[in-house]
Amino acid sequence: MSSPAAVKVIGAFDSPFSHRAEAALRLKGVPYELILEDLRNKSELLLTHNPVHKKVPVLLHGDRAVCESLLIVEYVDEVFDGPALLPADPHERAMARFWSRFLDDKCSKPFWLAMWTDGEAQKGYMKEIKESFALLEAQLEGKRFFGGDTIGLVDIAACGFAHWLGVCEEVSGVILVTDDEFPRLRRWAVEYVSDEKIRACLPDRAVLLEHFSAKKEMFMAMAKSMLPK
Amino acid sequence: MVAGEEKGLVLLDFWVSPFAQRCRIALAEKGLACESVEQELLGDKGELLLRSNPVHKKVPVLLHAGRAVCESLVILEYIEDAFPEAMPRLLPADPYARAHARFWADYVDKTVYGIGTRLWKLKGEGRAAARAEMLETLRTLEAELGGKAFFAGEAFGFVDVALIPLTSWFYSYEEHGGFSVQEEFPRLAEWARRCGERESVAKILTKPEDVLDFIGLLKKCYGIVE
Repeated sequence: MSSPAAVKVIGAFDSPFSHRAEAALRLKGVPYELILEDLRNKSELLLTHNPVHKKVPVLLHGDRAVCESLLIVEYVDEVFDGPALLPADPHERAMARFWSRFLDDKCSKPFWLAMWTDGEAQKGYMKEIKESFALLEAQLEGKRFFGGDTIGLVDIAACGFAHWLGVCEEVSGVILVTDDEFPRLRRWAVEYVSDEKIRACLPDRAVLLEHFSAKKEMFMAMAKSMLPK
Repeated sequence: MVAGEEKGLVLLDFWVSPFAQRCRIALAEKGLACESVEQELLGDKGELLLRSNPVHKKVPVLLHAGRAVCESLVILEYIEDAFPEAMPRLLPADPYARAHARFWADYVDKTVYGIGTRLWKLKGEGRAAARAEMLETLRTLEAELGGKAFFAGEAFGFVDVALIPLTSWFYSYEEHGGFSVQEEFPRLAEWARRCGERESVAKILTKPEDVLDFIGLLKKCYGIVE
């Protein structure tokens, strides 16, 4: 290419998925423009470029659109120079993909339900998410990040548990991760959010807390509707 | 066949699993010999499976040089990465085309099987909702395929491998949902036939009638009366 194609991220302030796309670009040192969506009033731009899911983030690279946050991270890793976000070894790559999918497929829903439901259902989801946290804790043995010495795909995928978890715990009053039970996960969370490049694309904690506090009722209603009938 | 050396590939398998079949098709297309070991899934799960996939306890699991890879789409990518000389390549070289293929394989994963399960498990409103979602999904896939021979264009690839084993389940979905893939989604039906001409697919896919029988068995296990 004679001049680099413009890079843009269609994202949303509160969204950890949106953060993943930005994190990948910042770690690679790729400049980009952030277009913030109001998810209650989705733009033509978003709907045109993600007609199937209509969700953020979407990466726009020249005239290309890439959807799905973890796929965006892989695309950024393949296209741009800079520190590798996935390991080179095929088996380690497979492990990275496995754990990043685990975070999305197995952790997101029970985490959300553990935070915002109550009673017996809440206890069940809390048990479930803690079992998943135990697996993640084990993955961190002897490692600074899930990716090893540097931040990688799994760390980026787990970003919700680094920055959003604490805010959710404060708003809901449900504490899931303590130093006693999950010391490595806690240490990892601090390492992740302290990274200079990561910090630059995390939503301000105080503002996030304010937003989530305001949305608490909505989250609880949403969680209730997600419960099996 | 690749180099004739012993690759030491073992797949923990289950005869009707469309996810395991994705892996077997990919390996067969590439001429990679692999021992398939049938697992007991409806009774007590075997020790090897539980040890190899402690997190999900599911098939397929690919064992290679003593290490386990779990999750069918992760396994497909592993096969591409670990055997770069094995032809044909199922993912294109271009990163954007790769992202596009991964997106659609992921879409198939998020939709077909889960919606299909609700279609045969539920009744009344639940089944009606699943039927509507299944038709929407197939409509989306039909549109994405368009007039192409395969999802990526001229060559059989990643998305085709991800979706083709699920076509054995279409007959069961049609029976429970009261619709016809051939009538409503003719391009998809033609694509399925085209894929079925490939030796790997013809050999590996379960017959649709056998899938329906299997679903009948599952219904008995779950105490579902039609």
